[in-house]
Amino acid sequence: MANYLLGIGQGLLALVLAPGLVGIVRWIKARLQNRRGAPPWQPYLDLGKLFAKDVVISNHASWLFRLTPYLVFSSTLAVACLVPSVFVLLPFDGIGDLLTVVYLLLLGTFFLALAGLDPGTAFGGMGSSREMTIAAIAEPTIALAIFGLAVRAGSTNLGHIVAQTLANPGLAVSPGHLLAFAALFIVTMAETGRLPIDNPATHLELTMIHEAMILEYSGRYLALIEWASGLKLFIFFSLLANLFAPWGLATVLTPMALLTAGFVFLGKLALLALVVAVIETRVAKLRLFRVPELLSVSFVLALLSVISSFLLR
Amino acid sequence: MISNLFPGMVLAYSLGMLAALASGRGVMGRWLVALGAILGAAAGLALGVAVIASGTPWAMNTAALFSFAGGLALRVDSLGAFFLILIGIVAIPAAVYGASYSKHYEDGHTSLRQLGLMLNLFLLCMSLVVMADSLFTFLFVWEGMSLSSYFLVITENSQPGTMRAGLWYLAMAHIGFVFLVILFLLASGGDWAASFASIRSGAAGLPDAVRNAIFLLALAGFGSKAGIVPLHVWLPMAHPVAPSHISALMSGVLIKLGIYGLLRVALDLLGGGPTWWGVVVLGFGAISAVLGVLYALMEHDLKRLLAYHSVENIGIILMGIGAGLVFQSYGLMTLAMLGFIGGLFHTLNHAIFKGLLFLGAGSVLHATGTRNMEEMGGLIKRMPWTALFFLIGAAAISALPPLNGFISEWLVFQALLSGFQLPRPEVAIVMPLAVGMLALTSGLAAACFVKAFGITFLAIPRSTEAEQAHEVALPMRLAMGLLAFLCVGLGVVPFTVTPFFTQIIAELSGISAPPTAFNFNWTLQNTAGFGQMSPTLIAIGLLLILGLIPLCLRIFRANQKLRVSSTWGCGYTGQTPRMEYTATAFAEPLRRVFAQLYRPTRELSIDFHPDSKYFVHSIEYSSEITPWFEKVIYGPLVGVFRFAANQFRRLQSGSLHLYLLYISITLILLLVVARWL
Repeated sequence: MANYLLGIGQGLLALVLAPGLVGIVRWIKARLQNRRGAPPWQPYLDLGKLFAKDVVISNHASWLFRLTPYLVFSSTLAVACLVPSVFVLLPFDGIGDLLTVVYLLLLGTFFLALAGLDPGTAFGGMGSSREMTIAAIAEPTIALAIFGLAVRAGSTNLGHIVAQTLANPGLAVSPGHLLAFAALFIVTMAETGRLPIDNPATHLELTMIHEAMILEYSGRYLALIEWASGLKLFIFFSLLANLFAPWGLATVLTPMALLTAGFVFLGKLALLALVVAVIETRVAKLRLFRVPELLSVSFVLALLSVISSFLLR
Repeated sequence: MISNLFPGMVLAYSLGMLAALASGRGVMGRWLVALGAILGAAAGLALGVAVIASGTPWAMNTAALFSFAGGLALRVDSLGAFFLILIGIVAIPAAVYGASYSKHYEDGHTSLRQLGLMLNLFLLCMSLVVMADSLFTFLFVWEGMSLSSYFLVITENSQPGTMRAGLWYLAMAHIGFVFLVILFLLASGGDWAASFASIRSGAAGLPDAVRNAIFLLALAGFGSKAGIVPLHVWLPMAHPVAPSHISALMSGVLIKLGIYGLLRVALDLLGGGPTWWGVVVLGFGAISAVLGVLYALMEHDLKRLLAYHSVENIGIILMGIGAGLVFQSYGLMTLAMLGFIGGLFHTLNHAIFKGLLFLGAGSVLHATGTRNMEEMGGLIKRMPWTALFFLIGAAAISALPPLNGFISEWLVFQALLSGFQLPRPEVAIVMPLAVGMLALTSGLAAACFVKAFGITFLAIPRSTEAEQAHEVALPMRLAMGLLAFLCVGLGVVPFTVTPFFTQIIAELSGISAPPTAFNFNWTLQNTAGFGQMSPTLIAIGLLLILGLIPLCLRIFRANQKLRVSSTWGCGYTGQTPRMEYTATAFAEPLRRVFAQLYRPTRELSIDFHPDSKYFVHSIEYSSEITPWFEKVIYGPLVGVFRFAANQFRRLQSGSLHLYLLYISITLILLLVVARWL
């Protein structure tokens, strides 16, 4: 029971922190570009404003269009409950493993892409088509990175992977883990719609991917979708932070341990936000048809990770 | 009780055939035919359930029938029982659907008599295939199944292309049949009357070369039925032209009997083999999966698209079975069990969701009169039930949780991911490659079904036919609803059926997994806790959150207003279907990414205004992908046959005198041969 409550607790934590994380990345980016930028808490204000606005939907849209924001939000939140952020219960966490996490996220993408097609605009279809292309090509990399981690841990359970690295700190700097980290980092940029794959700040029709897909959304629907994309960023950051560098995660239920874990986790998030912001200021957006090349680089990295994990086992 | 089920099944199918022969027309006739099929399939299903529940095989031999070949020997073991259940699960909805769907064949162009007769015969033959217990029985009913399904494929024989597709199917089925005849005669040492029991006991003593030859022949012979690449060419031709409930049966059940045959020969009769067997099966599976989905992506004919997805899913099933064979050859029995369970479960799941999708495609075809997705759109408002059921099928085949496709793909993934336990690195390295290909397959499948559902059902209708579409009749909706319910049910509570797979595999191959290895209570768990997940809890969690969001929005007083307005068109008003994204456009990025494979040819002709190049009259654009297999493999093959046929044609002059000469020469030659040899 405590297991489930902790999962829900971590989900709620993610829910609260996710908009802030998006804000932090934007704020660091603004500073790096010599802009003053909006304050880090701006996304909270945006969400509040969107929730207060009317929803306008297209006259061609069906019930699917109205269901999708709820479905995307709930599947992403469900994943946030599964991914360890500050606490990990060892040795078992039998609700969902890494594969489940990946496929639950795909569930959200699937419906979002359908909703992009629903109002019948060219932009929505364009966004859906591109989003599904990138999601499909990123999939093998994710699976292989999971394999790379699972080989050493002997499990696809998130708890097992964390426990294995905690028990053998040397694993974190093993070639298998480092390569898998690099592969998953590239995938993170693709899946969360970051530069150089997609530009979250643009609304230039011809280059956008994620934003084109959700162009017809407004009001509370848009708020739910924006919140869900924030959650997705949070989830990928948590995976990167805690699967590869699990130190600081609380393994016992004491207030002290939880508090320390919370601060360590915030530190890790801030570090990743800084890295992402630096990358986003340094690189230009890739042409759409160069993206598969980048993703095949990540695929090769993941494959090398599996092979080296395998040989060094 | 159990002994009455088999005669009941034969009786029901026979009555169905008689009803078809009598007329098969009108409401009464169509439903009588369907009733025969429904009752027959239900009796078969009950027989399967009884055998699995009791754990004891059921057998009978009609020595009087075909006494020259040892009689018609039948035996239902757990594997056969599983496939009987699978036939029943798809055949019952398909028959209900068919009774209503075949109404539009009452126009006089189509023979309902042939359709009804062959439907019942086809179902009977399929049921007998999984019961057959001797060489002759198996080959006899296998051929009956191929022939009856051929007549079902050519039901709409007045439509262009149907006969050609039927010919391809017939040719591929018989190439496969030749392999099977050689296989069984090799295994039995030339004895036509051999029972499976004697083949089984004799197989252990066969030299390795013969065993390998039998395995390869089984892969080719059963592979041509299952549709593994490169023997898949008949699927995208035959499935679209057949009536939709027949497509559902062929894609859901018929091709699965190829899997049945492979399991029967490789696991049961031969009792497993060297590692390379598993690697070969795994390799063909991976190639079929990836190529199947890649070709499906480029397809805009809804039923052809689904046919290519059958190739893909057969690939996924074979990946599970191949992994199982590899593990078995190294004695890693719990892992082998995991692979086989994944393969078998995916067999069941694919039968259900592909049956559902073909019935859904049939409803769309029924309502719009076209299979071309580019002429559809907006059907979700006109056919809400069909759209909902098709969406469930599409999500299930894309392996999205919490539906059944996800569970079996998860199990196959777990089997492949456990590959690191293999002692030999050169074999184990195959596994990550397979994992990558399986992941690519499922990602592309999701993209393909966003296209299939999105273009067909969403947005604005692209043709007047689509605009005037109507929801299909109640029996058709019921049939789809039943299958959709199973997709959800098996996804949320898979552990209600998974223990039976353990039993089936254990009985088939003698693999016994320790009872604690598979914890299927509320959580699915891989051997030794390699991976765990609880589909039930995930489904409950998703539903809970889904319900809580609107509640929270109300509690926190979010704005509940909703206005309906026209779609934003950059200031341009008057949105038309021509502004929508098309299926071709949707698949274009992937076509470019995989251009090396597709080798697309483009033709663009622009008709300018005679006075100025700045005004365009019309633009014509057409693009096609290279059909490699038809062109490179089958093209030359067909050419050789055509050349030979042309040469033989010279013998046929049409002159009676010449034929009399041929006859007398042949007769004299035969007499001479008979005298001196």
